[in-house]
Amino acid sequence: MAEAATHQEFDPLATGGTRRRITSKGIVYGALGLFALIYLAPLMIILLNTLRPLDDIVRTGFIALPEAETMSLKYWAEAWGTFCIGGTCEGVSRFYKNSLMMTIPATVLSTMFGLLNGYILSKWRFRYDGVIFGLITLGVFMPQQMTLLPWAFVLGKLGLSNSIAGLVFVHTIQGISFTTLFCRNYFVSIPDDLIKAARIDGAGFWRIFRRIILPLSPPIVIVTVIWQFTGIWNEFLFGTVFTSGANQPITSAIVAFSGSGTGERHYNVEAAAVIMAAIPPLIIYVLGGKYFVRGLTQGAVK
Amino acid sequence: MQSPNNNSTGSRKWSDLTPQMVLAPTVIAALIWVIGFSLWTLWISVSNSTLLPDMTYHGFEHYAKLWGSKRWTVAYQNLFIFGSLYVIGTLVVGTVLAVLIDQRVRFEGIWRTIYLYPLAISFIVTGTVWRWIFHPNTGVELALHDMGWLAAKFDWITDRDLALYVVVITGIWHASGFAMALILAGLRSVDGDLVKAAQIDGASMPRIYRKVVLPTIWPIFVAVTVVLLQFAIKTYDLVVALTQGGPGVATTVPAIVVYDLMFQRGQIAQGAAAAVMILVALALVLIPYAVWTGWQKRKEGARHG
Repeated sequence: MAEAATHQEFDPLATGGTRRRITSKGIVYGALGLFALIYLAPLMIILLNTLRPLDDIVRTGFIALPEAETMSLKYWAEAWGTFCIGGTCEGVSRFYKNSLMMTIPATVLSTMFGLLNGYILSKWRFRYDGVIFGLITLGVFMPQQMTLLPWAFVLGKLGLSNSIAGLVFVHTIQGISFTTLFCRNYFVSIPDDLIKAARIDGAGFWRIFRRIILPLSPPIVIVTVIWQFTGIWNEFLFGTVFTSGANQPITSAIVAFSGSGTGERHYNVEAAAVIMAAIPPLIIYVLGGKYFVRGLTQGAVK
Repeated sequence: MQSPNNNSTGSRKWSDLTPQMVLAPTVIAALIWVIGFSLWTLWISVSNSTLLPDMTYHGFEHYAKLWGSKRWTVAYQNLFIFGSLYVIGTLVVGTVLAVLIDQRVRFEGIWRTIYLYPLAISFIVTGTVWRWIFHPNTGVELALHDMGWLAAKFDWITDRDLALYVVVITGIWHASGFAMALILAGLRSVDGDLVKAAQIDGASMPRIYRKVVLPTIWPIFVAVTVVLLQFAIKTYDLVVALTQGGPGVATTVPAIVVYDLMFQRGQIAQGAAAAVMILVALALVLIPYAVWTGWQKRKEGARHG
């Protein structure tokens, strides 16, 4: 409250005379607009190219406006349904489905475990709880490269090689480190007295979880779901190493068609596929709003 | 939802252990994949493995070979150049954006949303998009030719000496919104009286930011730097999508060498050695930071009694 009040009083641009004030306002908005253009331009350029015929793009490149009479949405349809990627001509729909089948279960599972673990590590005291929290948190910092060979071996032993289930497994286990960290740091702020009172009333572990922790959890669940969904959807290395061909997630599929330097390019269709790959995390981002930022600050600084 | 051991009725002893039992799967998993996998990879790096794992001890020759290979030394050098420019660039752009937004501008939410969205999309999408823009066959150069400037040249991405800067620019584009968000949160926590006092002294706004506001939030800069260094060390997808490490080895980074050694060249011991080096680099950044924050917290605690 106090902070907001001082901020109200203090307007940095209101210093100096009227003319200076107007110039500085102009500079600020000019700079903001310029930066906004730089940030938006790449995506806008690619978006426009999903509507242009191929010979047009080959001739003038990506940075040109589409001509109204040749604009078409058919490249989107092609990218979704009939485009050939790595031998199969089913478009990105198949890889899209793979990504969803990987991301949704892994997000849900890791979030559920994170809630329980976070609750336990913040509200129950037992021997080595600090060490255990440290161990789980260490997973946040592990470089993927250290786990590639062991995971490949473990997935092989479990019969999960080259399967979406294998990716769900890996992402769930690794994701638990993040979700536990987030949830534990969030639940720490729930007063211990609340838990104590409930215990005196005879509530046990699960009852406290259901009646006290879960009702207070929505904000951290949103943060965790956003973080996990975007992270897993966007992941590339595991998808590429642990799956191949038709079982790959969308990120690997994009590299498979756009990275191969040989063959005829279909820039418009590829552009549509790239935009499609960006859409789910963007939706989550726009809907998530402030929770996305909150997740960032939590994930980064704590 | 119903728990098998409802502790108001169940046996006292078992219900006391419920938290530990619920936590146990995670602890076992973490022990295996954090500790076990690390030791495993560490062991492979000193083993006889080539195409397939062979767990007999071999010694540190793979590390020597790794550091003797030009590909790896270039990759490490690239990491230093890319890492420092990426971190500095991201901090500078992030600070500028945060200070601009801090000027009580209208539509703050919209500006923030625009600057931060690159972070939501994958490195693969980011890299692919920017490759099209930077590549002379599809991007800026062709557009300039088309506009009549036939002598225009913009081929950094295919130039051995300049391609790395393309990765830096793209990296900054992707991460500067993140720096902006954290720095802005810091700016909002600065005491307004401090600024007012400086204003009364007649200091100009840029000067106030430089001398008063930004120095007070330096711990945020440290935190952002540490996170960005982590991103830099782990950089992989962005380079794969943007340049595939080329031209030649011009933009190769350590993570790319790991993948190549393990899955393309059948040198998994040497690949594991390279992975260990990535872990070492991360530890060199994170351990001092952890020690430092721990020390700060203790100092805080002592001050508050």
